[in-house]
Amino acid sequence: MSVSSTTPASSAAADAEQQAIPKQRGRRKRVELSEGKKQERKLGWLLCAPAAIVMVAVTAYPILYSFWLSLQRYDLKFPDEREFVWFSNYVTVLTNGYWWTAFGVTMLITVVSVVVELVLGMGLAIIMHRTLVGRGLVRTSALIPYGIVTVVAAFSWRYAWTPGTGYLANLLAPDGAPLTERASALGIIILAEIWKTTPFMALLLMAGLALVPDDLLKAASMDGATWWQRFTKVMLPVMKPAILVALLFRTLDALRVFDNIYVLTNGANETSSVSMIAYNNLIKGLNLGIGSTMSVLIFLTVAIIAFVFVKLFGTAAPGSDEGKR
Amino acid sequence: MAVATTSAKVKWGLLDAVVVVFALIPVLWIASLSFKTPATLTDGNFIPREWTFENYKLIFQTDQFVRALINSIGIALISTLIAVVLGTMAAYAISRLDFPGKQLLVGVSLLIAMFPQVSLVSPLFNIERNTGLFDTWPGLILPYITFALPLAIYTLSAFFKQIPWDLEKAAKMDGATQGEAFRKVIAPLAAPGVFTTAILVFIFCWNDFLFAISLTSTERSRTVPVALSFFTGASQFEDPTGAISAAAVVITIPIILFVLFFQKRIVAGLTSGAVKG
Repeated sequence: MSVSSTTPASSAAADAEQQAIPKQRGRRKRVELSEGKKQERKLGWLLCAPAAIVMVAVTAYPILYSFWLSLQRYDLKFPDEREFVWFSNYVTVLTNGYWWTAFGVTMLITVVSVVVELVLGMGLAIIMHRTLVGRGLVRTSALIPYGIVTVVAAFSWRYAWTPGTGYLANLLAPDGAPLTERASALGIIILAEIWKTTPFMALLLMAGLALVPDDLLKAASMDGATWWQRFTKVMLPVMKPAILVALLFRTLDALRVFDNIYVLTNGANETSSVSMIAYNNLIKGLNLGIGSTMSVLIFLTVAIIAFVFVKLFGTAAPGSDEGKR
Repeated sequence: MAVATTSAKVKWGLLDAVVVVFALIPVLWIASLSFKTPATLTDGNFIPREWTFENYKLIFQTDQFVRALINSIGIALISTLIAVVLGTMAAYAISRLDFPGKQLLVGVSLLIAMFPQVSLVSPLFNIERNTGLFDTWPGLILPYITFALPLAIYTLSAFFKQIPWDLEKAAKMDGATQGEAFRKVIAPLAAPGVFTTAILVFIFCWNDFLFAISLTSTERSRTVPVALSFFTGASQFEDPTGAISAAAVVITIPIILFVLFFQKRIVAGLTSGAVKG
């Protein structure tokens, strides 16, 4: 702020100087413009300040504080043993099997659910965009998984797969308990994730679909392009930015997976995600040092993945054109 | 598109049906559970054999649920109101004014949209414990506003860019004051976007589980999704399935209403905010 404030100040000095020669119309006009610019800047800052302050205060400060906590041995059950230990918490976490298991589970859930969602979401987007009948009905139904509380949906899936109670368990696994076995439990967690977030993916993709010109598709089909050729040669290239945005948002969102796991398995049988074990260390274990270390590691993981995405896709990344207006 | 033939209509109709069934089954299932009597609760039938409202009566008699419902509604409404007001101000500036630091703000909100929320849980837990915000409404409202703001700013600036702002000038030329021009011309044009954003933000706050379970510890500020996960039967040996299902249905009702009445707006809000770049 202090650097940029020199500009309005110097332009104010120029104002005063030029107001002394009011006869020169052309120059006077430019002065009024810069006066207006100054006002505009001030108003812009004023209007954005509250939002900016809240966002930075509630994220930037805590993440720095988290880093500070992660350098300490700090267990709320033994507050007297609090001491500064440099990076030993990081060594503890990074040499721990549970952390890497959870890391693997998180990556598995993320990759599988995002890939499946991309395919299903594309299908759903095309249906929502092009269907000849019941467009409103389809869109309304698709919004329900998007809007529903994740915990509610998770309970629905949990009861559906509970032996005896659930229709799916009775139908598909009559003599097992799918939520208590690792592979099937992970499958159910992924299923719940996919059900919940495919509509969101589809909506983002539909926005891209709307950009595909109908004429282009018509022309392609007149030239004898098959449906698949029209899809890969015409639609996909136009939709590329929308696809990248959808992938980025969903990948980062999937990495946060917590609600579904909490309700479906509570992390039993090695189905915890990194969010789950960070939560358990903190709220159940009351170990602030280790909990914060995990927080920082998760933050770094997400930052690296986001950075790679943005680097790979360059200008297609969301927001890169935003400031042009 | 070619003229719609009957076979094309049937084909699309079938695809529609698949989507509708896939989307609705889990919702119908939890609703079905909520109407089952304790005796038939574990029979595994998709449609209840005996219907009852007992589960609903039961939850509305417990403090645990009623308090949580009040907390959920209050916290979500206040967060929505504040986030939309702050978001509107910022989005107006972003879409209409030229000032240094604009890109930075857009970048920061994008970063926050991607931020892993669990990374904030441990520091916020400790900060709120030390400042007395832990287990209070403001303790949840603050993080909700923070994470709702990027959504609000993106959606609103996309909406604001579509408003024909020249109308404001025209109205003033026709003799309207600044206030009148805003009230009679700009506000009605901006209202749908603001309203849509409010729905999206409300859904976000209503949905949250991670902050709610980490930053609360009693009925004072526990929201329904968290209360659900703590439900136990009236006695230790009673199965809470019926009560959980009924409570789950209750908190799904607002979502169903939003979706039924504002489908077009929600779709417009989600698609415009995402691709405008």
